[in-house]
Amino acid sequence: MSTNAKNEAQASEIQAAGYEVTHSKSPVFYSVYERKGDLQNQTHYCPGCGHGIAHKLIAEAVEELGLQDRTIFVSPVGCSVFAYYYVDVGNVQLAHGRAPAGATGIKRTRPDSIVISYQGDGDLAAIGTAEIIHAANRGEHITVFFVNNAIYGMTGGQMAPTTLVGQKSTTSPFGRRPINEGFPLHMAELIAQLEAPVYVERVALSDNKNIMKARKAVRKALEIQRDGKGFSFVEILSPCPTIWAKDPVEARKWVAEAMIPNFPLNVFKDRVHEPVQNAVVPHHTVPETLEIGDPRIGTQTDVHLHAGTAGAPGEQSAPVTARTQQHHFDTFGIKVAGFGGQGVLLLGQLLTEMGMREGLEVSWLPSYGPEMRSGSAHCHVCLAKQRIGSPLLSHPDVLVAMNEISLRKFAPHVAAGGLILYNAARLPEDFQLPQARIICIPASEMADKLGSTKATNIVMMGALLEETECLLPATAEGVLETKVKKVALKEINRKALAAGRDFIDHYVRVGAVSQPDGFAY
Amino acid sequence: MRQLCKGNVAIVKGAILAGCRSYFGYPITPASEIAEAAALLLPQVDGTFLQAESEVAAINMVYGAAAAGARVMTASSGPGLSLMQEGISYCAGAELPCVIVDIVRGGPGLGNIAPEQSDYFAMVKGGGHGCYRNFVLAPASVQEMADLTILAFDLADEYRNPVIILADGFIGQMMEPLDLTYREAKLPDKPWAVMGTAGTRQNMISSIFLEPDDLENHIRKLEAKYIRASRLEARHETFETEDAEVLLVGYGITARVLRSSVEMARREGLKAGLFRPITLWPFPKEALRAAASKVSKVLVVELSNGQMVEDVRLSLDGKVPVEFYGRTGGNVPSVEEVHSQLMQRVMQMV
Repeated sequence: MSTNAKNEAQASEIQAAGYEVTHSKSPVFYSVYERKGDLQNQTHYCPGCGHGIAHKLIAEAVEELGLQDRTIFVSPVGCSVFAYYYVDVGNVQLAHGRAPAGATGIKRTRPDSIVISYQGDGDLAAIGTAEIIHAANRGEHITVFFVNNAIYGMTGGQMAPTTLVGQKSTTSPFGRRPINEGFPLHMAELIAQLEAPVYVERVALSDNKNIMKARKAVRKALEIQRDGKGFSFVEILSPCPTIWAKDPVEARKWVAEAMIPNFPLNVFKDRVHEPVQNAVVPHHTVPETLEIGDPRIGTQTDVHLHAGTAGAPGEQSAPVTARTQQHHFDTFGIKVAGFGGQGVLLLGQLLTEMGMREGLEVSWLPSYGPEMRSGSAHCHVCLAKQRIGSPLLSHPDVLVAMNEISLRKFAPHVAAGGLILYNAARLPEDFQLPQARIICIPASEMADKLGSTKATNIVMMGALLEETECLLPATAEGVLETKVKKVALKEINRKALAAGRDFIDHYVRVGAVSQPDGFAY
Repeated sequence: MRQLCKGNVAIVKGAILAGCRSYFGYPITPASEIAEAAALLLPQVDGTFLQAESEVAAINMVYGAAAAGARVMTASSGPGLSLMQEGISYCAGAELPCVIVDIVRGGPGLGNIAPEQSDYFAMVKGGGHGCYRNFVLAPASVQEMADLTILAFDLADEYRNPVIILADGFIGQMMEPLDLTYREAKLPDKPWAVMGTAGTRQNMISSIFLEPDDLENHIRKLEAKYIRASRLEARHETFETEDAEVLLVGYGITARVLRSSVEMARREGLKAGLFRPITLWPFPKEALRAAASKVSKVLVVELSNGQMVEDVRLSLDGKVPVEFYGRTGGNVPSVEEVHSQLMQRVMQMV
């Protein structure tokens, strides 16, 4: 019997039985599917397809709960990509598998909206596995309807992650074999294992009784979102007559007889009556110790300004020492190098900050990444009266070498007539003198005596300022005052700065201590 | 107010000034400070920061937030951008405004974390599938990291299109003075967005057009937008080009080196000039043609094996000889190195 003949026979049977056929459609569906183009009074789904029923259950629940205006329906890639033909709510279509990520972006932007992520088994359980697990694990306040028909429908019958063992598909032509394709994924069970989800149930569109259970589950899932309780997930076992090559009645039967035994219907999680766990955004605190280079620098000022509550931005201006015209250079390049933890990058940042406060153009360029983790660090500091071109120094005017490795590696590149400040009492014996002056400063020992090896870099800074006069010690004191938060360290830093300067004054310039191998010209 | 600021952090500060309150991203060196700064700053201005499970998820969160009308951004580096290409194509197709930052590192594959400019093709020429364009802005200083981020949000909204900030590891990691002036962000109305309200219920965000004619019409509409942008939005900077005999062309960190090289060349009597594209798409063709109209040679320098040079050659259309010098692997040429390349090529001219 042809399909048409069958339909006609059924119609006359119904008439004969005296039933009146009425069509009711939820107002959450468009009355005419104008977005659909040619066939505006029918759907694009095949006869007997479960999507029609699933859409109807959702539309009716949205209607009953009065959520139509607030609802945003996220359609996936798959047969239901065109859900927006039918559902008269806000619609957003997303890339294959990414609906829960997109839904996250929507819900975080519009917390008052009701966001539905409607996905098939290829979309949710294969390509989008990461997105669904993490959206569920974050407890996003969204509702996911997972339509599982154990096959890829839209692309024409390829194997799905939920295809049953032994089930044939175009890409498992001999039936799914666990040895090759693994076992069907049980998404509801998997999601229910996570901490955050509030409600996880599997239902089936196998017969009217189960459809009515599905109806309740759909409604409950949306209520949970409406009430701000968290993440809800309903897996819907659904017939695909066309790809299964069954008529609609046989297809429903197959859901009942083949799918349900493999995907048991159950409420896997229901914490709807428990207190909401993740509705409150944790209070954000700003750590108190801030260092230069940390993104937190300037945070409070900026946030203050951006919030529009502050006075003139100028109030926050860094003090500029009126010395711009007195700098003895047009450009001055300093390279600082040493072990990680010696304050190499910080010293560079402090010098850069000082230059900025003295009205100069400045730049600071660090080494970064694995180099840092392997223990060596360096940075380039440019001070200039004009706009700075390359921030990369091939020939720095000054090298501050905090250890021997840095001395050996970078000394040969110091500009002719430049200066090297070396953190040690004396040079290594076999060291070849480059075309630069070298001053040895036992800065680590000096800092130790002052109470903290951490101040080694500040001793070197004192020496650098005193010897080169590139920047003012007063600026250094100002920068240290505002940029170092720990009170104990502040005092040590002040002493370290003075000690570095004194060393140059007394031991190098005056030569109070005869230590010819301690410095070289 | 001048504050010393890292390039990556400046991006977030610029974004906040531009009214961006949504960031979705995944950490990667050398772009992680952007996520860190966003995580710290955005919650303090009632914004959203979310660390996604992957770059794939991040760009789709951006898609969702943009669809819902947010000014939204993400940031990553090469490998992460490769993962985002699908989502960027979807954003372009669905005409969703968003800002995406690429702090370029060495590639291909895992490469390394040192600076390169090897993502030019991927970002400027598309990278994802289909007929679309990204706006691509190339900052060369910390100040521009903020300024161009602000511009990026304005362009994204005006044209309803993704905008890429294409910087490199050096610009991202370096610190320079940053001058931020508070301004009220001009947030445009987005009557097309899906906001979960009665007024926006009829709206739909999608990139699917099943009928060939429908899709072709959509692509024509996009193309008209790109043509308008090409005419109006190309930006560049020149340095010492008026009397230049040779023209150096570079963007980002390379342009900084080239600027110093121009100064060095001029000290030695060679009249060099610099042309720096600020927008890589739209490429400033007309301005480049004008700047190169009197020079006898153009030298393009990139941290790649030659990507932007193709656009330079297309723009100049054989009228001026265009030569190329590139370094890769994270090596940034020194001023002296570029100078010696320049001199060699000038000597060949004689």
